[in-house]
Amino acid sequence: MAVVFDRPKALCDVPLHYCPGCTHGIIHRLVAEAIDELGVQDKTIGVAPVGCAVFAYNYFNCDMYEAAHGRAPAVATGCKRTQKDKVVFTYQGDGDLASIGAAEIVHAATRGELITTIFVNNAIYGMTGGQMAPTTLIGQKSTTSPLGRDVERNGNPIRVSEMLATLDGPALIQRVSVHDVKHIMEAKKAIKKAFEYQIAGKGFTLIEVLSTCPTNWGLSAVESLKWLEENMIPKYPLGVMKEVQ
Amino acid sequence: MQRQMMKGNEAIAEAAVQAGCRYFFGYPITPQNEIPEYMSLRLPQVDGAFLQAESEVSAINMVYGAAGAGARVMTSSSSPGISLKQEGISYIVGAELPCVIVNIVRGGPGLGSIQPSQSDYYQATRGGGHGDYRMCVYAPATVQEAVELTQKAFDVADKYRNPVMLLGDGVIGQMMEPVSMPEYKMPVLPQKDWAATGWNPNSGRARAVINSLYIDSAELEQHNIKLQKKYDAIAENELLYKTEQLDDADIVIVAYGTTARIALTALRRAREQGVKVGLIRPITLWPFPSEVIAKASSSAKQMLVVEMSMGQMVDDVKLAVQGNCPVQFYGRTGGMIPGVNEIYEQIMHLKEGL
Amino acid sequence: MERQLIIAGFGGQGVLLIGQLLAYSGMLDGKNVSWMPSYGPEMRGGSANCAVVISDREIGSPKVEDADIVIAMNRPSMELFEKNVVPGGTLIYNSSLIDGKPTRDDIRVIAVPSGEIAEQAGNLRSANMVMLGAYTGLTEDFSVATLMDALRHKMGPSKEKFMPANQKAIELGIDCAKQQL
Repeated sequence: MAVVFDRPKALCDVPLHYCPGCTHGIIHRLVAEAIDELGVQDKTIGVAPVGCAVFAYNYFNCDMYEAAHGRAPAVATGCKRTQKDKVVFTYQGDGDLASIGAAEIVHAATRGELITTIFVNNAIYGMTGGQMAPTTLIGQKSTTSPLGRDVERNGNPIRVSEMLATLDGPALIQRVSVHDVKHIMEAKKAIKKAFEYQIAGKGFTLIEVLSTCPTNWGLSAVESLKWLEENMIPKYPLGVMKEVQ
Repeated sequence: MQRQMMKGNEAIAEAAVQAGCRYFFGYPITPQNEIPEYMSLRLPQVDGAFLQAESEVSAINMVYGAAGAGARVMTSSSSPGISLKQEGISYIVGAELPCVIVNIVRGGPGLGSIQPSQSDYYQATRGGGHGDYRMCVYAPATVQEAVELTQKAFDVADKYRNPVMLLGDGVIGQMMEPVSMPEYKMPVLPQKDWAATGWNPNSGRARAVINSLYIDSAELEQHNIKLQKKYDAIAENELLYKTEQLDDADIVIVAYGTTARIALTALRRAREQGVKVGLIRPITLWPFPSEVIAKASSSAKQMLVVEMSMGQMVDDVKLAVQGNCPVQFYGRTGGMIPGVNEIYEQIMHLKEGL
Repeated sequence: MERQLIIAGFGGQGVLLIGQLLAYSGMLDGKNVSWMPSYGPEMRGGSANCAVVISDREIGSPKVEDADIVIAMNRPSMELFEKNVVPGGTLIYNSSLIDGKPTRDDIRVIAVPSGEIAEQAGNLRSANMVMLGAYTGLTEDFSVATLMDALRHKMGPSKEKFMPANQKAIELGIDCAKQQL
């Protein structure tokens, strides 16, 4: 019988710890498929963040780092500068990348560091139990904005992709989503393209992936996908923010 | 060997390059700027890379990335910048990565001053960041010694897979002295088969994971026990110190770095007056020469600790002396450098009490 | 033999260079030497000084409090460091810029009109070389050839065209000091 669906080689054969309904698993798979299709597993080095994806080093079947909170782009820079022939990616959440690691991502991007960042935005701190993130929407409840995020009290959310797209260093900045099959296929294409651009030496690449957090949003898996589509996409529109030819 | 006049900071940088350091990540801060400036010109000449990071925090994490890839890598800063690096240093220790960190110390606390100080002793010798760790700390007293210790630092870092700190005060960084650049020979060191260099599933080596997270408490305890064995081995093997005229000394000075040199001049003057003064100069601040200090304290009548701080190393001296004899302290701080006359007066004052 | 020296003046007067050249010359003659600058945000026009030790034995303190010789290029420096000259030591001062006289009577004083002499040597900016010469005339520590070696090393080949005027300034500085001995 022909095998039509299998685990990508770039994913380890271990159970993931993510909550039921969380889309991290899908995004992991898309990254692994891209690595497989490009045939670069043996020269890919990943950097895991602090946050829900902290254990990503147990899942991606390649050499990995675990970085301090927010510092993955700096770690990836140090790794890539010493081995220019390798494919280096960071996998970071919204708290890690847009809050504590804001300086690191901005400067890696503006330097045009030849790395790929997978930025998973689910508008909340998942690992620590649902606190407000820099991308938490206005009105969205979290354990540190229990009445809903309020501009006067909490300030405004950050649109990371739009901000980074103003810089000269990036070669590709694109926001995608994984709330349905069509968008998952688009996300896959974007992630693969980002790796291709890195390998071609075009510049810094970042794919922002809108993702869910059923546990901390207090919704079912299906409701979460719907909530993402109805609430996050209007605030964080999908599309290519920057691309060099 | 050809001697050349070199500024301490530049000599440290060149010594590192000679020892095979090819990567440097830093951020400007006085009084260590000559190190990144030198590296920015020098490293591209040897096919290496220099990067001025966006902050000290980023710089030390770039070091983590480069060290994790198996490269010989260095960063340098001065006190406030070293404080910012502490998070990364703790991760580097936890992940067992070798690297060299230079601290050209300036006065604190806070933004403090830019003048020489030795007030980062506690921070350097107790680890400095969070968690339970140590690293080898070298305190050169001359530019030549700074060169030799910089090169040794890379070897010791690789040998134990642990960061090594070179702790110089602002004088060591800024002064010029003749230097003979030694011909560096790398000793036999362990292979870096743990490095993240890209993994072929058929290669036979395990997948590299550069990591300090051990979520299971029992595992973390085992990890810490393993690290402690390393620190024990460093303490056993890497201790360095120098003594001057200790044999008949009634008064034994303990001082390191520039302060030890000033104390040496004061000692010579006191000896000319017939005062029996000796000097112990720790070259490694951790491990600390407790035994030689303990031995000296059993025959000395007074110990005098001199530092450019309000008194930090004096605690370690007291621990070593164990009450064998009185331990006096003299310190200048804030960037003030003690003079020969001041130390001489301290000696003569102690002499009167003998 | 051991010399403890302080050289001080405005930033931009080349006082750090005088110190470096003395230290470098000492090294060329096989001595132990140290050069320790004041450092910090002093810019051109601010104050600058350095301490130099030249010795046959291992150098202890690189910081100089009791100077055998102080070279003062401006008035504030002379006022600041006059007290650091050991009794019987020497203060060499730049009489082109300093109209007052040192107050101590237990030290030797050498007044060097370094600006006028530098002009005579053909380069107004070589006043520091005049002072270097005055030091040499006083101490006979170094030959002119050694000083010029040190200077060539420090300045590099691109500054070769300034070397004749610099050498002239050093020689005139030597004469100036010798006349006052």
